[in-house]
Formats: sequence, C-alpha cells, structure tokens
Amino acid sequence: MLFGGVFSLMAVGLTLIFGVMRVVNFAHGDMMVWGMYLAWLMATRGGVDPYLGFVVCAAALFVLGFVVQRVLVQRIVDAPHEMQILLMLGVALVLENLALLLFGPEPQRVRSALAQSTVWLGPVFVDVARLIAFAVAVLLTLLLSLFLYRTDVGRSIRAAADNPYGALVIGTDVRRVYAVAFGVGAACVGAAGALVAPLLPFQPPMGLQLSVASFNIVIIGGMGSLLGAFVGGLIVAVAESLGAVFLKPSLKELVSFSLLVLILLFRPAGIFGRRAS
Amino acid sequence: MSLLRLDSIEAGYRDLVAVHEVSLQVRAGEVVALIGGNGAGKTTTLRAITGLLPVRRGRIELDGERIDGRAPSEVVARGIAHVPEGRQLFPTLSVRENLELGARDRARRADALASVFALFPRLRERERQLAGTLSGGEQQMCAIGRALMACPRLLLLDEPSLGLAPVMVKLIFETLATINTDGTTILLVEQNVARALALAHRAYVLENGRIVLDGPRAALQQSEHVKQAYLGL
Repeated sequence: MLFGGVFSLMAVGLTLIFGVMRVVNFAHGDMMVWGMYLAWLMATRGGVDPYLGFVVCAAALFVLGFVVQRVLVQRIVDAPHEMQILLMLGVALVLENLALLLFGPEPQRVRSALAQSTVWLGPVFVDVARLIAFAVAVLLTLLLSLFLYRTDVGRSIRAAADNPYGALVIGTDVRRVYAVAFGVGAACVGAAGALVAPLLPFQPPMGLQLSVASFNIVIIGGMGSLLGAFVGGLIVAVAESLGAVFLKPSLKELVSFSLLVLILLFRPAGIFGRRAS
Repeated sequence: MSLLRLDSIEAGYRDLVAVHEVSLQVRAGEVVALIGGNGAGKTTTLRAITGLLPVRRGRIELDGERIDGRAPSEVVARGIAHVPEGRQLFPTLSVRENLELGARDRARRADALASVFALFPRLRERERQLAGTLSGGEQQMCAIGRALMACPRLLLLDEPSLGLAPVMVKLIFETLATINTDGTTILLVEQNVARALALAHRAYVLENGRIVLDGPRAALQQSEHVKQAYLGL
C-alpha cells in the first residue's frame, strides 16, 4: 500500500507527458532507474540521504527530460504513434545501456539511516522509509497540481494539452511549454526513483518493467488524467499487496495486469478517463 | 503610413498554393474587411500574417518592420492578436483562465481583464464556467476577449459570425465597432458580406487566392460584381 504513493508519482509523470504531447514516454522507467542511480551515487559518494537527495534527482531528471524533448521528441510530436514508439524505445535503450556501462549489472541498494527503523502505526508495524516515501510522493503530487492549477506556466501547460493550435494562435511558445512539461514529467519519475531506492534493489534492466507498470497505471486511471494516475497508483499498489498476501508474492503482477484487463473490458477509457471525442 | 502591409505574398499547404501575390494594407485606426467565398484564401492570408503558415514569397510588414518568417509568439508580442476560425478556446479551462492566457504582459493583465469584462458583461457572469460549456455566441465573445487581453494594435478576426444566431451576430458586430472606436485596428475576414461592409472602412475581395477588387466601403457596396456574387441583389 505504501508503495502506492510512489506508483502514483511515476504514473502522474507519464500521464502529464502523454496528456500534453500525446507521446507515450517509453523511456519513463529508465528515467526512474537513473533517478535511483543518482540517489545511489549521492549516498555512496557524498553521504547524502536519498530522502533529501530526491530533490537533486528530480532537478537532474527535469534537465534530462527538457533536453530529450527539445532535441528528440519535438521532431516527432506530430508523427504517427509507431514512429514515436520507435524513438522512445530508442531513448530507453540508450539510457538503459548507459546505466549498464557506468554502473554495471549488479543489483544495488541505497542505505538510508531512516530505512532501518520501524514504527507502530495503529495495529501494524511500518518501516519509516516506506512511510516517508509515501508522504513525500503524495506531497510532490500535490505540489504538481498546485503548479498546474495556480501558476502561469502550469496554466499554459494545461492550455496546450487542451488545444495546442489555440495555444499557438495566442502566441504561446508551445515548444517551450512541451519541453517544460516533459521535464516536469521526468522530474516526477526521477524523484519516485530516488524515493524507492532504499526500499528496492535495482539494476539497469528494470527500466522496461517500470515503464510498463507506469503505463498500466495510467491506462487504469484514464490516459492523460492526473487524478486518474494518482488514484490508479494507489489502487494498483493495494491490489498488488493483497495479491502478494492472499496468493503468492510472485503473483502480484498477475493481479495488477488482471485489473488492467478488467478495466479495458468494462471501462476502456479508464476510471477517470473521458472517451476520445 | 500603413500599420500592416502585405506585399505580394504567396502561401499554401504542401504543394497547394492557396494565395497568390496578395497585397493589401491596413492603416492604423481602420476596419478593413477581407471578403470572398469558401476556399478563396481568406483564412490562409490571416494565418500567414500571424506566422501560423510560412510565407513562400513576398513580405509582411507591421509598422514598417518585417514580420514574415517569425514565430506566432513573436508576432503576437509585436501587437497582432488573432481570433481564429472555430474560436479555438481551451474547453476544459475556465472562461477566466482562457482570458488570462491571452495576456502577454502580466502587469497589465488585471486592467485588460476589467476592460474585456466591461465590453462583454456576459463573460464576467460566466467567469468560472468551463469555456467548453458556453454557447456559441459566448464562446465567440470569449475568443475575442482572449485576443483583446494581449492589448493588440491590430486585431485579426476570422469569421466571427459563423454559426451564430442573428441576434448574436448583431451584438458581436456592435462590439467590434466599439473596439475599433476605442483605438484597435481591425482586419476582418467574413462571409457575411453585408455585415462586414457595413462595419468596414475599406474592403478587399479575394477570389481563388487573388485580390480581384478593393476600395472604400461605398464603392464596393455599389459594385455590380459584389452585389451579384456576394450580396445576392
């Protein structure tokens, strides 16, 4: 359940990028892995706790997302989906293999002093690290919605998502808005990576799995819906932990993907999705 | 001197040339109408001015400064605001947000909003409503209001009366007259030729991507060609 916050944050990043540009970021999971490795680098080299370091990870991933959008994604924003998928898978491969080259294939784990302790929360034992990861992830999602609904840049992002041509007509620099949106989406998943780094051993090939997991949540919640991604993340996390308890821990993915199949059968636009007009 | 000058511009889509050698001028303070049938190249001309479509030949000047080849954001920053065909609002944003997005200068935003609300009291009543839930006429008001938020020197309007009830058309045209009296120059593209000529000081007639006729309002209203082809007289 407490992973839910992080799941939500990953999915919120993906759905933001999709909602604005109609591009599915298949490098999302690999960006997350980079967030994890950055947290690991800071912890091992600089002794920075990942629960502080996530800010730096988010900033670094913002820059990465901004640059990837400007240099690569901008060229294919209007291209057919299959071309977008090819490019994004290419970016994913490059990020994954770069991580493999630099950090090696061995699983790593970040040690956080906070991850050692546990607290009683009502009737259950909870470890502090999960609690913090959850709280920070929820806080970041709230900050993101404040950014989108209360600032001028956020408003321009929503406007461009709503009607890109309209945004262009009134003189919005749509390319800049797209780059910022991609950067913010990448920053979300970068922070999510740093937050789970102490909880989950990680290695470079995990990226694809994480991309698929985020994509799954986004579809369940409704493509392009921030609220859907947030709630979807919590639902999937709960479903997976219930599956792990009542079935077998190794079957938890079975639960989340069954959920996906059910959603696609009975509510194809997702829980909070609207039908495409 | 003219505020806007198009000097034999050519523009189009892919291998289709939609306007050939269009030249026109709009002087400061004027209302100029650009009339013509479907597919004559009226929208293309407006899109070329705003930089939404590349100009292949010729030049466009605003106040003597060349603006062709510039991005829409730069053109808007220089004082041209465009009310596009089909209004192109942001349907899931509130009326107020739609309007505020039109402002280029944050410091003048509150003043601009107040004058737009004064011009269209209906928009103030609907301030918090989502733009997508407005009636057609209200949407047109919102689109014009959004363009005025940029405090433009030149307002481009593309078919503001399209699809509106006659009462609403009348209201929109009366408001356009007020906007012009308040000092904003207008270039108006319109299929409702009678209305457009009643408002405009001068007009150009565009057919098959070329200007075939131009002159002051009275001359065009008397023109046999205009009467037959556009006024149905």
